[in-house]
Amino acid sequence: MTNTEMFRTCPRSGLQFHRSAEGLIKANAVAAVVFLLVGGVLALLIALTRWQAVHLVGADDFYMILTAHGLNMLAYWIIFFEIAVLYFCSSTLLKSRLATPRLGWLAFALMLIGALTNNVAVFMGEATVMFTSYVPLPGHPAFYLGLILFAVGALIGCFIFLGTLVVAKSEKTYEGSIPLVTFGALTACIIAIFTIAAGAIILIPTFLWSAGYIKYIDPLMYRTIWWAFGHSSQQINVSAHVAVWYAIAAIVFGAKPMSERVSRGAFLLYILFLQLASAHHLLSDPGLSTEWKVFNTSYAMYLAVLASMIHGLTVPGSIELAQREKGYTKGLFEWIRKAPWGNPVFSGMFISLVGFGFLGGISGVMMGTEQLNMIIHNTLYVPGHFHATVVVGTTLAFMAITYFLIPTVFNREVINPGLAKWQPYLFGIGMSVFALALMGAGTLGVPRRHWDITFAGASLPYEFPGAAYLMLALLGVSGVVAAIGGAIYIYITVGSLLWGKKLDAGAWSRERAVLRMPVSGALTGHGTAGFAAPGTFAFAMVFLAAFVLYYFVNWKYLSTVWGLS
Amino acid sequence: MSAILPPPQRIWWKQPLDRVELVWIVVAFVWCLVLFFMMPYWHVYGKQNLSSETYRTTPDAFAKKAQAMTDQFKVREEGAEKTPVVAPPAGSDVYLIGRLWAWWPILELEKGKSYRLHLTAMDYQHGFSLQPENINIQVLPGYEHVLTVTPNRSGTYAIVCNEFCGIGHHKMVSKLYVK
Repeated sequence: MTNTEMFRTCPRSGLQFHRSAEGLIKANAVAAVVFLLVGGVLALLIALTRWQAVHLVGADDFYMILTAHGLNMLAYWIIFFEIAVLYFCSSTLLKSRLATPRLGWLAFALMLIGALTNNVAVFMGEATVMFTSYVPLPGHPAFYLGLILFAVGALIGCFIFLGTLVVAKSEKTYEGSIPLVTFGALTACIIAIFTIAAGAIILIPTFLWSAGYIKYIDPLMYRTIWWAFGHSSQQINVSAHVAVWYAIAAIVFGAKPMSERVSRGAFLLYILFLQLASAHHLLSDPGLSTEWKVFNTSYAMYLAVLASMIHGLTVPGSIELAQREKGYTKGLFEWIRKAPWGNPVFSGMFISLVGFGFLGGISGVMMGTEQLNMIIHNTLYVPGHFHATVVVGTTLAFMAITYFLIPTVFNREVINPGLAKWQPYLFGIGMSVFALALMGAGTLGVPRRHWDITFAGASLPYEFPGAAYLMLALLGVSGVVAAIGGAIYIYITVGSLLWGKKLDAGAWSRERAVLRMPVSGALTGHGTAGFAAPGTFAFAMVFLAAFVLYYFVNWKYLSTVWGLS
Repeated sequence: MSAILPPPQRIWWKQPLDRVELVWIVVAFVWCLVLFFMMPYWHVYGKQNLSSETYRTTPDAFAKKAQAMTDQFKVREEGAEKTPVVAPPAGSDVYLIGRLWAWWPILELEKGKSYRLHLTAMDYQHGFSLQPENINIQVLPGYEHVLTVTPNRSGTYAIVCNEFCGIGHHKMVSKLYVK
């Protein structure tokens, strides 16, 4: 069987592609970008509506668009792309054939049909229930059915990834352990499996409820289990984009991990503790004990936060080491000054790393602190946080790796490199300011998922302070900037695929290379060199100082509000 | 020799750590412990902790209690919908209903006094958001959440709904007075 499989080696990157895997990677990546386009158009409409001075679309349309935006971005764009990443990290990085490619196409079809079904239900106006679809807010059964089909497809994709690891191991396509990036993808895959299981446990009964077969679903039970799906699916993104960071550090700089042990250990902490974070969304809920909230919200004892802080050091640390080996050793920061800032693969990844840590990470810990959650819950601060993690973090990392995948997987030259050079800055900085504006508005109490904070037509309206309107205007302007950055990404991606210069793909053949490398028993590499990455360590200290300061500022703010017990 | 290739040593888990990594892990872990212990610390020494006292309830049972309070302590009516303003005595149980798309009734509390505030939702999920104080609590149908509140500033407050509850969500806003 296996010797009839066709492989090619990309002449530019040296990566080997299995024909069936390549087709699936392309299909999933293209579907992802199409959903990003849909979600992006909706994003612009939302930003221009919440910008109170513009207030573009009507209330009905606004809530419908907001529902569709959440699903198309958080679920379809990201998960289609992640499935492509999983196939790439297993088949391509391990030089293996992809397990059961036909099932891969079934998975793809299920995901596509599910996503379309769900979108149709939303755009018919039958399911304006937001991404979270909290019961008893009613949605059309097709809404839940679409999500379930999509999840089943994604689950099949996960098992194909695991199957490919088994195939690679048994066919001995590599020696030793799987690469760190594949290890990160495996982490994402394991989290995805228990996330989708949680989704099935809650979405199947909710589907039956919406179709009239079940009478009652408890709202608190729904929230608890739904968030084991909803929050954990964002942890898939974290694992996936950290894997992409390591991959980009390796591709651009030839960086090797500072220590495999530390980086893999940090991924292991994700697997063990990330799932507890369902509690982040339930801290201001009735009916749950304080002990339950404190234990779960902190991932036991912030052990998953520890993991992210470790990756935040080891990824730039590995880049620093690679740069220092190339001779950029002057002072603390020559290695980063002389980094290829004009290469969108690198700049996108680095903005993603910094934005995810400083904006997404710190704000996430604020919201995830039991008492501090009360001054944040359901305000615009919440979308501010997750636009920093999922958009600046995950989406920008995926955009960055796209500029590498276009010439290697699609064999096309990236069109308009001058524009591509600026795209990560436009999108990354636009989105970072956007996230900060949302957090600012949230701190002033502006609610999320709200069409009109002037409360026009309400019998007892409230007037938000002028600063809140300023924040919403800033949200609008930076949202437009980010949307332009997103549009440029889609233009470059689609344009490169359609009319980019064709590149030599390497010939298809039955010959396959094996990943044989000089594996040494002895311990070499970093580790004994002493204080090898002082520049990165200095950055880490700046990060920690910002973290500590902002954390206690929030406690100070909490201490001034009404007594609650 | 990089992150996209297998580790060069078979026994990578014995690779020694660089001091940068070790120091950072220790510092980060200590910080994580601070993050964790701040929560129980605040439960002991802080004054803002969310109560977990909760009962099962039904819309009818809760509405009856809210109505009884309103009948007894109503002082006036406000707004186009003539929402009653209720001034219950300090230390008493006060009831607030969240429903499509209003909070009912309007409460008038005294500064520095404590009240047992009972919250529930009649239909969908709602969000109790006290402005400009910015205290935010989820309100679920079927659950009666009891929290002790102690207003520390007098003035006119607003209660905004910050959980999406259908097409009239953005009109679900009410007042709360502290004397």
